[in-house]
Amino acid sequence: MTAHVKMDAPDRRNRLDAMAQGVIGEPLDRSEGALKVSGKAVYAHEWPVEGLCHAVLVRAAISRGTVTRIDKAPVEAMDGVLAVIDDDRLLRNPAQGTANKAPVQGPRKIFYIGQPLAVVVAESFEQARHAAQQLVVETEAADAVLDPEAETLEHERPKGKQTSQGDLDQAMGAAAFSIDEVYRTPGHSSAPMEPHAAIASWDGDRLTVRASCQMLKYNRNELADALGIKPENVRILAPYVGGGFGSKLGIAHDAVAASIAARAVGRPVALALSRRQVFETTMRRSESRQRVRLAADAEGRLTGIGHAALVSQLPGEKFSEPVTQATHFLYAAKNREIVHEIVRLNLTCAGSVRAPGEAIGMTVLETAMDELAIKAGIDPVELRKRNIPETDPEGDKPFSSHMLASALDRGAKLFDWQRRNPVPRSTRDGEWLIGLGMSSAARVNMLAEAEAIVTLSAGGVRIESDMTDIGTGTYTVLAQVAAEMLGQPMQSVTTVLGDTDLPPGPGSGGSWGASSTGSAVFAACEDIRKCLAEKLGCVEEELTLKDGHAVTANRRVPLAELLADGPISVRGVIEPGKTSKEVRQSTFGAFFAEVAVNEVTAEVRVRRMLGVFAAGRILNAKTARSQCLGGMTFGIGMALTEELIHDPRTGAIVNRDFAEYHLPVNADVPQLEVDFLEERDPWASPIQAKGIGELGISGAAASINNAIFNACGVRVRDYPATLDKILAGL
Amino acid sequence: MRPFDYVRPSGLPEATRQARAEGSAFIAGGTNLLDLMKLEVMAPTRLVDINRLDLAECASLPIGGLRIGALVTNSDLAADERVRRDYPLLSRALLAGASGQLRNKATTGGNLLQRTRCYYFYDTSAPCNKREPGSGCSAIGGATRLHAILGASDHCIATHPSDMAVAMQALDAGVEIETVEGITRSVPLSDFYRLPGDTPHIETVLEPGDLITGVVLPAPVKATQIYRKVRDRASYAFALVSAAAVVAVENGTIGSAALAFGGVAPRPWRNHHAELMLAGERPSEKLFEAFADEVLGEARGQGGNDFKIPLLRRTIIATLKQATEESQ
Ligand SMILES: Cc1cc2nc3c(=O)[nH]c(=O)nc-3n(C[C@H](O)[C@H](O)[C@H](O)COP(=O)(O)OP(=O)(O)OC[C@H]3O[C@@H](n4cnc5c(N)ncnc54)[C@H](O)[C@@H]3O)c2cc1C
Repeated sequence: MTAHVKMDAPDRRNRLDAMAQGVIGEPLDRSEGALKVSGKAVYAHEWPVEGLCHAVLVRAAISRGTVTRIDKAPVEAMDGVLAVIDDDRLLRNPAQGTANKAPVQGPRKIFYIGQPLAVVVAESFEQARHAAQQLVVETEAADAVLDPEAETLEHERPKGKQTSQGDLDQAMGAAAFSIDEVYRTPGHSSAPMEPHAAIASWDGDRLTVRASCQMLKYNRNELADALGIKPENVRILAPYVGGGFGSKLGIAHDAVAASIAARAVGRPVALALSRRQVFETTMRRSESRQRVRLAADAEGRLTGIGHAALVSQLPGEKFSEPVTQATHFLYAAKNREIVHEIVRLNLTCAGSVRAPGEAIGMTVLETAMDELAIKAGIDPVELRKRNIPETDPEGDKPFSSHMLASALDRGAKLFDWQRRNPVPRSTRDGEWLIGLGMSSAARVNMLAEAEAIVTLSAGGVRIESDMTDIGTGTYTVLAQVAAEMLGQPMQSVTTVLGDTDLPPGPGSGGSWGASSTGSAVFAACEDIRKCLAEKLGCVEEELTLKDGHAVTANRRVPLAELLADGPISVRGVIEPGKTSKEVRQSTFGAFFAEVAVNEVTAEVRVRRMLGVFAAGRILNAKTARSQCLGGMTFGIGMALTEELIHDPRTGAIVNRDFAEYHLPVNADVPQLEVDFLEERDPWASPIQAKGIGELGISGAAASINNAIFNACGVRVRDYPATLDKILAGL
Repeated sequence: MRPFDYVRPSGLPEATRQARAEGSAFIAGGTNLLDLMKLEVMAPTRLVDINRLDLAECASLPIGGLRIGALVTNSDLAADERVRRDYPLLSRALLAGASGQLRNKATTGGNLLQRTRCYYFYDTSAPCNKREPGSGCSAIGGATRLHAILGASDHCIATHPSDMAVAMQALDAGVEIETVEGITRSVPLSDFYRLPGDTPHIETVLEPGDLITGVVLPAPVKATQIYRKVRDRASYAFALVSAAAVVAVENGTIGSAALAFGGVAPRPWRNHHAELMLAGERPSEKLFEAFADEVLGEARGQGGNDFKIPLLRRTIIATLKQATEESQ
């Protein structure tokens, strides 16, 4: 049986609210949490596989050129070495999210430093690593392009990514207050805790890969295409994934190289990227140069918005960081100009990293808004409220829901925003200057096609999908949807994920996983309820399911009784439809931060931070909160410390480990508060839920940077706000 | 990691003898050496594991002072009651370094001898005079945020990354060394590290086989002690600059002042000459500025680290201010 729901119209039934089990939205622990913290959850590289050998990738030490010769013989003769492989099918770049086909292959042409060129296979990991380090690859170097702002570079302006409405120049000229500034954000690495890793084994023509991937249904096709085999012959298993943050959306070097190597040596092969290789070979977020122009009338109403972004990418790659994604709809203004430019460079492939677009675009736009507020002498919260559009300012579409104003008000109240003294340098605590700052949050909302099979049997419920749980709580959240709909205690629901033999889910990315897969589960559950109602001879709406019992009128029947002649199994399918086009869908929120800036050293410490979010129905208050805590923590990193540092001459990422690539550590993260606004978005999904994961970072860094200005009067326009950039102004 | 021999001597003579041969290296906590070996930045052919040696004691000396065994871990040393009472800046410096797990493994001897964190030293595909004498310095003209403003040369601009050593430098510590001949010699920490000049691969006065057996701290003086570390994040980051101060003020004038600085030079930096300016003077902003200017007289930025010059200046002034105020 299949229950197919196409999202062509809003679903205002709010069915989950009418159910009786009472688990939806509850702050339940992740069902697999104990396995993870006790080391029992088996990750890709940890599977005990008989006859396993190990492979290590060999990197390019130049940024551009050609491989002229690989001196394999001496390495092949080394202890334990089984093969040295420079197969043309090895990837040059990892696949972009949802590519669904092989990415760029052919390692002989070098396009960035660190690019994998070959793979060495040996009995032990140590032997493989040593041999890989010894392999001499002769190359012929060519001139590389490394500086995204070099004046000689051609700027591509892809059609469809530029917007122009009215006359911005004229608006700027006539404005009572205006801002015209250039901001910069650095490259970022996704930096998941679990490095990219795979174990590949062949059984005849059938390949099984235990991998660390975010989007299995696409990854299977990408891997098969890269290897030149049929997707039906590929099975990917990824029950646990230790974070991805975009870098595991598409198939990457590890899985492809392990598969080729396993074929070549006729044994299962494990390949894990070293931490350095994660930095050098998996997707980076492009650095950006952003010019923002804001024109406002005397009351602070925006009359013009200009946002021109310059990002970089390798030659030939389609993806480019969609910096201005939220600028299109966040604030009203008649005159608008949005420009998106790309330069081609020889740096690691750019791709999706933690909220591509909004993470840096919102951050910069919201920094500029702060500058405008200060210029106009209007409270930053008030300035934003004055500019919230009624409808999408570009297309005139209605918003599916819009709670920015409520988030701003609620945040201001919870944070005691009125305590802020608008004059910089007016609050002090010993050597520390204290400041408050805020910013709006926004992230586009997406629904993706998803399938899941839900089976109700006398023993409980089973949910199956190839959806992944990358540490976000998918296992638990899907179980909550089914438990609520089918009246089951949580322990009676089993969720099986991360296996391409199961129905295709949307994968984890774009924050769409829970709402899309949850909707597929929901659709299946609705049909199961109908079957049960039929068996009971009542209408489905009158059926109450709770604690394994069906209740209708004054009858209470154990479900086991109704299922005596076998389980009910339904394949739920959700398909995006007209609601994705007819309305503008976004999640909204607001960030508030208090920072301390040391007057001697310019060190910045965040003292407290609040995020208020409207993201539709919250399916699990704990996992949703955790997503936002993670986003805000990344926001602290973006604001203060995180940055890929490239050698200016070679392009090499010099800080390619966790000692020098500064993600926030515990001591950098103060008490973070997360508050969700009660919301049901009927346009977003049949469960009225929206994406959450990426909202927590989308604009977060600006609240901190704005607080720095409030604290010490120094405006940093070049992220991150490391102390050297503040020191000069103190 | 290259294949290597592994020996675990149980006595000093055997340890130094085993380590004498070319390609040998001692291993203590391994928190630095193993990382470097995995990357093949260091590739010893023989590891001499000293963890079985009897060097894990902290002993009070009869004449006052403390002898810290080379194998005392950074965690144990930071927690030692005598250290916390008599040398609090050492405790603070240790706790400002690395992370809890690393400090549990890291040893006193290993900490003194940890190698630079220069990006290019860690990259075997880039020239580095420290790694491969004569190959050139990639840091000059490259990414230099971490690098030295004092004591560097045209051949190397790397810094010494230790926090512990900076505190010890301000405390006038001495390094106790056991030679292959079985002789124990003691070298003041100020003479222990060598400036890079044109031999940046030679970092200390140690000869092949020489083993650090301990560090001796002289009897504590009555003074205010401060360790201030300035860094990019609140924990788990090396110092951009750090300052260790041992300052005594009597009757309104500075009696003695010892200051050492980290993150700015190839070794914990101390300027005895400048310290003379402070002794006998009344604390004042002007005096502190003059001292800072003297310390920074020869300072030279590399572009990416230019900010360290004003940063160190401000840090010195604030540290002296705090030290003299607390010492009144
Ligand atoms: C991620 C990270 C962050 C860190 N952050 C900081 C920080 O903020 N501040 C800081 O100060 N340090 C920091 N450290 C460095 C840490 O303090 C050192 O790694 C540690 O102190 C080294 O001690 P060990 O015993 O592990 O040395 P090992 O790695 O065992 O040895 C280091 C070197 O010393 C030699 N050696 C060891 N003992 C002796 C001896 N007795 N005689 C002669 N030679 C000897 C070895 O041959 C080797 O060359 C950090 C390290 C890491 C990995």
